[in-house]
Amino acid sequence: MTPPESSAATCDVLIVGAGPAGLAAALAAAPSGARIVVLDDNPRPGGQLWRHGPCARPPQAAERMLKALEGQANVGIQGATRVLGPVAGEGGAQALLLENPERGWTQHFKTLILCTGARERLLPFPGWTLPGVTGAGGLQALIKGGLPVRGQRIVIAGSGPLLLAAAATARAHGAQIVCVAEQAPLKSLAAFAAHLPRWPGKAWQALTLLEPRLCTSSHVIAAHGQDQLSAVTLQRNGRQIQLDCERLACGFGLVPNVALGQMLGCEVGVNAHGEQVLNTDQWQRTSLPGILAAGECTGFGGGERAQAQGRIAGHVAVGQMSAAGRQAPERRRWERFAALLHRHFSMDPHLKSLPEAGTLVCRCEDVPHAQMQAHADWTMAKMHTRCGMGACQGRICGTAAQFLYGWTPPTPRWPLVPARLSTLAGQFDPDDPP
Amino acid sequence: MNRADTLALILDGQTLQVPAGITVAAALAQRPPGCSRVSVSGEKRAPFCGMGICHECSVLINGRRQLACQTLCANDMRVDTGTEAAT
Repeated sequence: MTPPESSAATCDVLIVGAGPAGLAAALAAAPSGARIVVLDDNPRPGGQLWRHGPCARPPQAAERMLKALEGQANVGIQGATRVLGPVAGEGGAQALLLENPERGWTQHFKTLILCTGARERLLPFPGWTLPGVTGAGGLQALIKGGLPVRGQRIVIAGSGPLLLAAAATARAHGAQIVCVAEQAPLKSLAAFAAHLPRWPGKAWQALTLLEPRLCTSSHVIAAHGQDQLSAVTLQRNGRQIQLDCERLACGFGLVPNVALGQMLGCEVGVNAHGEQVLNTDQWQRTSLPGILAAGECTGFGGGERAQAQGRIAGHVAVGQMSAAGRQAPERRRWERFAALLHRHFSMDPHLKSLPEAGTLVCRCEDVPHAQMQAHADWTMAKMHTRCGMGACQGRICGTAAQFLYGWTPPTPRWPLVPARLSTLAGQFDPDDPP
Repeated sequence: MNRADTLALILDGQTLQVPAGITVAAALAQRPPGCSRVSVSGEKRAPFCGMGICHECSVLINGRRQLACQTLCANDMRVDTGTEAAT
């Protein structure tokens, strides 16, 4: 389905995010005949988990779902489309202002399902702005997008199963994995692995502890290089070592993307694992009527939980409550798995001491740690240093500041992402200026 | 004429042959170290988060500011990073 020619479009169910949750929601709602639009800011559907391209095929489950959706005339998937934020819709309802590389338009809906996923927690350390340093999931995503890594020496560091997945992807594309430094101790990983047989078929199983280059209780100290990365210092087995490498991929778990929900006015809470999440009830409904949420934006829990939640949300969106209810046991099962993940990959507070005085924390406005640290909270720091006022709108440094300084993350501001003036101008009637 | 499995884009004024279907972020890496922008304090940066969050890979694509990691390469696409001028 191509984006509409006029500056407004309508649908019954609008799904933001074409990852496992969003696709499962679309597939569950599709047989009802409802007009469904699925948006994603990536050019191809699949989200982070099922990201694919010429160099990476999606898993079979994802391929089956995508094929099934392609056959549905009432479902349109629109890639490369960003949500700028809520705007006034018909009869006091909310609508969303969207933009793709060509144009902007207002999308009206009856029901909205937020499947906005999660982003990587990226923490500052000396040298983290050097070309060659990426996120861990970030490296995996870039490789799937065609980034060549054959023959390159790669160090992977941070925390969580994503490190192992990134290592597996990089190795499959010809990279030499020098080290995978996991900050959690071996006993945590071993305990996590011991529980895995209870979740048969889980992809994590193949990864955990089978990674030959895995070092536990290890973390990055600094990245070195002139104009690009050439070496990394790690803390490993209680001492510092330096490793030569072309790439360093660093990620410290995932952070739910709640900004759009928060901006719409949905209640945001802190879950049992300390994450800021969109609050939902047993039907995946947020605090606002007509707005549901599913997947990682309701808390980190992996693809299976996201799909179970997505199916529930999809059924509820088209009024099929009994079909939704049948998915509850599956969701409960994967919620237990999520709890396991959180328990065993909790973050070592020592990581807060990684940045040095001159280490940039805000990469958009180039604000160093010493300047940030001098302030009492996010608002004061932002007023005095411009942190969080760049293009990423504090998504990287606000998340880092939450971990480093214990600051409440910034509330999202409209527009959610940098927008073209022509899109914003389309919001205003020339005969009725604001 | 391009072979079917490659396409040609213009990166900072230089023609670059890349495999069809890859992202602009991946194409940048064919010119190591693959820089995408110059920061406000003059540091060269390259794609970082890989998933459209950090905006480090913000480049001009056919004159419009877009994220390299969320844009697929197309034939005759003009990509300007501004990092060459800074050298």
